[in-house]
Amino acid sequence: MNTSASERWIPVLMILPSFIAIAVFVYGFIAWTGYVSFTDWNTLVKNLSFAGLKNYSFLFQDFRFQSDLRNTLAFTILFITATMGIGLLLALLIDQKIKAEALFRNIFIFPMALSFVVTGVVWQWLLNPSTGFNLILQAMGVQNVPDWYISTKIVPAISIGQIEFGLPLALIAVAIATVWQMSGFTMAMYLAGLRAIPDDLREAARVDGAKEREIWFQIILPQLKPITVSVIIILGHISLKIFDLVYAMTGPGAMFVTDVPGVYMFETTFRGNHYGQGAAISMIMLALVSLLIVPYLISSMRKEESA
Amino acid sequence: MTNTTLNVRRWGLYTLLALMALFYLLPVYVMGITSIKGMDEITLDQMWQLPSGLYLEGYREAFHKLAPNLWNSLLLAVPATVLSAILGSLNGYVLSKWKFRGSDTLFTLMLFGMFIPYQSILIPLIQFLQTIGLYNSIPGLILVHVVYGLPICTLILRNFYAGIPTELLEAAKIDGNGFFGIFRYIIFPLSITGFVVVGIWQFTNIWNEFLFAVSLTTQKQQPIMVALQNLSGSQVVQWNVQMAGALLAALPTLLVYVFLGKYFIRGLLAGSIKG
Repeated sequence: MNTSASERWIPVLMILPSFIAIAVFVYGFIAWTGYVSFTDWNTLVKNLSFAGLKNYSFLFQDFRFQSDLRNTLAFTILFITATMGIGLLLALLIDQKIKAEALFRNIFIFPMALSFVVTGVVWQWLLNPSTGFNLILQAMGVQNVPDWYISTKIVPAISIGQIEFGLPLALIAVAIATVWQMSGFTMAMYLAGLRAIPDDLREAARVDGAKEREIWFQIILPQLKPITVSVIIILGHISLKIFDLVYAMTGPGAMFVTDVPGVYMFETTFRGNHYGQGAAISMIMLALVSLLIVPYLISSMRKEESA
Repeated sequence: MTNTTLNVRRWGLYTLLALMALFYLLPVYVMGITSIKGMDEITLDQMWQLPSGLYLEGYREAFHKLAPNLWNSLLLAVPATVLSAILGSLNGYVLSKWKFRGSDTLFTLMLFGMFIPYQSILIPLIQFLQTIGLYNSIPGLILVHVVYGLPICTLILRNFYAGIPTELLEAAKIDGNGFFGIFRYIIFPLSITGFVVVGIWQFTNIWNEFLFAVSLTTQKQQPIMVALQNLSGSQVVQWNVQMAGALLAALPTLLVYVFLGKYFIRGLLAGSIKG
């Protein structure tokens, strides 16, 4: 738009406070946290003397933090796969021109409106080994009911240094709760994607004699690819940051089988006053999230500019 | 395909959908029946059994314990939501209709703030709030939620305004309207839906948030989710009280979802950059 000179600085002035706030609260505070992570501030008394990589080297040798990294990796894979799979399945079922579509949609999405804390509290009971789903399984005649989040088993337990590498079975229970809460989001995303595919595309393929399966694999799925990328990014960063659900549902667990960096950071910083270590954990979390988010943000911006 | 196979497929489809729906509703069912059970019916082996009557002592105790915190959350979520929507709309308006050199880059830098783990700003944030005297206070939490809500609110409203044709703005300009005039006469009347989407999304997020709430407040100032976590974490509290508490804590956002779910879903999808 053409603007007069006096009009040009008003918009800039209007948005300046927000940009300054973001500059200070996001970038300034991250820099500050980064600085704290290199200090010896590991008691209640503030101590900003430089300690180099001490906090980081402590963490990478620490049994609990090693367990956390294993858990984050295992949980992220499990959570993304399950949430995407179930979300896509729900979207496909709903997209079959069904009756009462709105009702089903609402039932699958409503957990998104709840707090992770509420979800944690409820699923802690549902997956409590001595009640909940295990009662139903026992009534069905299942002898060995699962231990859910109490289990200390890790599969496959490959010994790496001091930890057993693999999927701690207790995390399956946490994943069930998160999938219950988040799959509605994936469903909504895929449903929006499916609805954006013009019917003519399918019709044209049918006229050309394509089989339903071919249409599905060669036309529909490729069209959903950008959505899958978005979903992986969103779910991935949620998984790397996760704190409240684990804190409310299980806590760190025996042998730290359900511990995650978010919980460790919180406990070591605010319960143990190890600010330097807490800052180092959160910088590692930030690095992991950035690996996922930054390329995505840059490519989104490029797409916008070329649009 | 014959009619029978079609019918069988339809039946299969509805059966599968019904089973999935059942799974999604089970937790709510358990919360509901447990919350109205009497003290002698909340043993672990009776989880799935219906209550023998309607006992409200669970709710009475949960409400007695949580009422101040519900009030705190309301005092936090409502003002923070209003402020977020106002700032988001101003920013979105500038970033969609008054772009300047570098504004897209600045916007991307702002969006990054939406994805960071808040653990990575928490230590300086606490020191900062202590310095300005807002640590352990509802106004302090309002400030925090407004600032960290800027990226998502700006994003949703910017995408919303991008859909308003620029010709309308040009016409308003010719009539002698400037930055504020155009906003008042063109953008604002057309953006009620956008405000509703942002409002619902922010309200839900702030109401449900836990990390800031638990790190920045103690005792009397705690929002509902911290109080709920304390309630369920204590061994002495009865199970029916916990479930009644969880339902009370979830009720406001559930009601918003039931009545305005359409807008909530729009906010949900807007968070994935390409709204």
